[in-house]
Amino acid sequence: MSHMTPMPVMEATQDRTMILNMGPQHPSTHGVLRVILEIDGENVVRIMPDIGYLHTGIEKTCEAKFYQQVVPLTDRIDYLCPMTNNLCYVLAVEKLLGLEIPPKAQWLRVLMNELTRINSHLVWLGTHAMDIGALTVFLYCFREREDILRLFEAISGQRMMTSYFRIGGVALEPPLGFFDRVREFANRFPSKVDEYENLLTGNPIWVMRTKGVARITAEDAIALGASGPTLRGSGVDIDLRRDMPYSGYENFKFKVPVAQEGDVFARYMCRVRELRESIAIVQQALDGMPQGPSKADAPKVVLPDREKMKTQMEALIYHFKIITEGFAVPAGEVYQAVESPRGEMGYYVVSDGTAKPYRVHMRSACLANMQTLPQMCEGRLIADVVAAIGSIDIVLGEIDR
Amino acid sequence: MALAPAITDLEQLKEHPAVARLVEWNRMAVEGAKFDRDEMSIWLERSVLREACVLLRDDSGCPFNFLSDVTCVDWYPNEPRFEVVYHLLSILKKERVRLKVRLSADSPVIDSVTSVWPAANYFEREVYDLFGVRFTGHPYLRRLLMPEDWEGHPLRKDYPVEGYR
Repeated sequence: MSHMTPMPVMEATQDRTMILNMGPQHPSTHGVLRVILEIDGENVVRIMPDIGYLHTGIEKTCEAKFYQQVVPLTDRIDYLCPMTNNLCYVLAVEKLLGLEIPPKAQWLRVLMNELTRINSHLVWLGTHAMDIGALTVFLYCFREREDILRLFEAISGQRMMTSYFRIGGVALEPPLGFFDRVREFANRFPSKVDEYENLLTGNPIWVMRTKGVARITAEDAIALGASGPTLRGSGVDIDLRRDMPYSGYENFKFKVPVAQEGDVFARYMCRVRELRESIAIVQQALDGMPQGPSKADAPKVVLPDREKMKTQMEALIYHFKIITEGFAVPAGEVYQAVESPRGEMGYYVVSDGTAKPYRVHMRSACLANMQTLPQMCEGRLIADVVAAIGSIDIVLGEIDR
Repeated sequence: MALAPAITDLEQLKEHPAVARLVEWNRMAVEGAKFDRDEMSIWLERSVLREACVLLRDDSGCPFNFLSDVTCVDWYPNEPRFEVVYHLLSILKKERVRLKVRLSADSPVIDSVTSVWPAANYFEREVYDLFGVRFTGHPYLRRLLMPEDWEGHPLRKDYPVEGYR
């Protein structure tokens, strides 16, 4: 396995090679990824990603906050799929508390989570295509993304940093007419995916730039810790939503797209098919949305409704206690993993029995996925590095935390 | 839903493939185990970690071939201070297990598992960067997130949350 632990790139090792620095302000590195390349002409000999430019110490900040105050921080880790992070964190804390969540809250979470996945994949598709030179796709994708952001705004009051999931349920009941708007979007969206595919899937330039490029085998991908579409693009059939269900995903029927080739095109096909599967899950969630409360019956953990808080003594007391003192969580530890748009997102939360988490660690799917870059790029052209970076769909906020 | 009490008796936990395999291999290496909230944790002796990882990875029945995560918890001022935590996943059996190794404050050193799972490369660098735990045998143990010339390890509990250096 020694070939998979590459040596650092510091200076050129041969007379004919040179060092090229790419990033951290390079537009095709999706944020602030710096890549150091050793090149021989146009060919990449070695490659080393250099990260940390967006490190904000979120894990340390979490230790100084109450459990419920951590939720807004989780939005900021992966700013393209805030609700997936919310979900993962609240599931972990709910597991620590042993809290049961009412079905309506679970279905709402699944619904919003899949919309988030579509939102994230749209940004990926637009920017990935733009990197490779297909500028038009970006405009098409952001047209639909805008619709999703409007839905987010309607339900949570925020377009991007939603913080909609709370420990014990969701923040608010959805507004009147919200489900109709989602239904209207869900009916319209599959035809839009056809539009993207018309622009790309059969496009000879796109196919030339992606097929057979940045290959990785299933064994290498598993050994390097890749997950999500990066792993499924290499033929490994695993999806945590289906295989280790959480938040009621066992009630939904969907296919897990897998491709065998392990190249950029395979990962592209996996994600585009996931768009269609996600919209199918959204449709199922709308059809079967249960009635009932959207918050757990746990007054010491869940904030009371605003109306109750203003009219009932107990509700006011609980509200005051939760806001000022937080709530104690029984000592223990939990590792909760969910299938984020990028792969296995995991939260490891350790409690020492107080109202503040002793340790919150985020397992970042992108960090592990990025370790596959040297395997994918070495021996290929510089232009393929751009395609490879786009195809593993990195978000630097999540890598650096 | 009330929490079920944690099970810590090794005899009761032998059903779990990872516990069974490790106990059968070397009973002395397993310092303890806990089944809590549907999750299995196994404490291992520091010196056997790499061998135990190879054993679990190559197990024929339930191969834990995927390293999900490596992280650390600082229990300052208690001793042993550090607890390095490994989360493994078996893609075949959809089974998870958590391995833990306790390290004392005066020698936070442990074998690297990069030779077992190359995925550990960045995870271990991150733990080294933020906790100061050193991994022997790591190919390139340098800071990952913090600047190269940074002093101290920010996620240690004796490192302040706010303030200036």
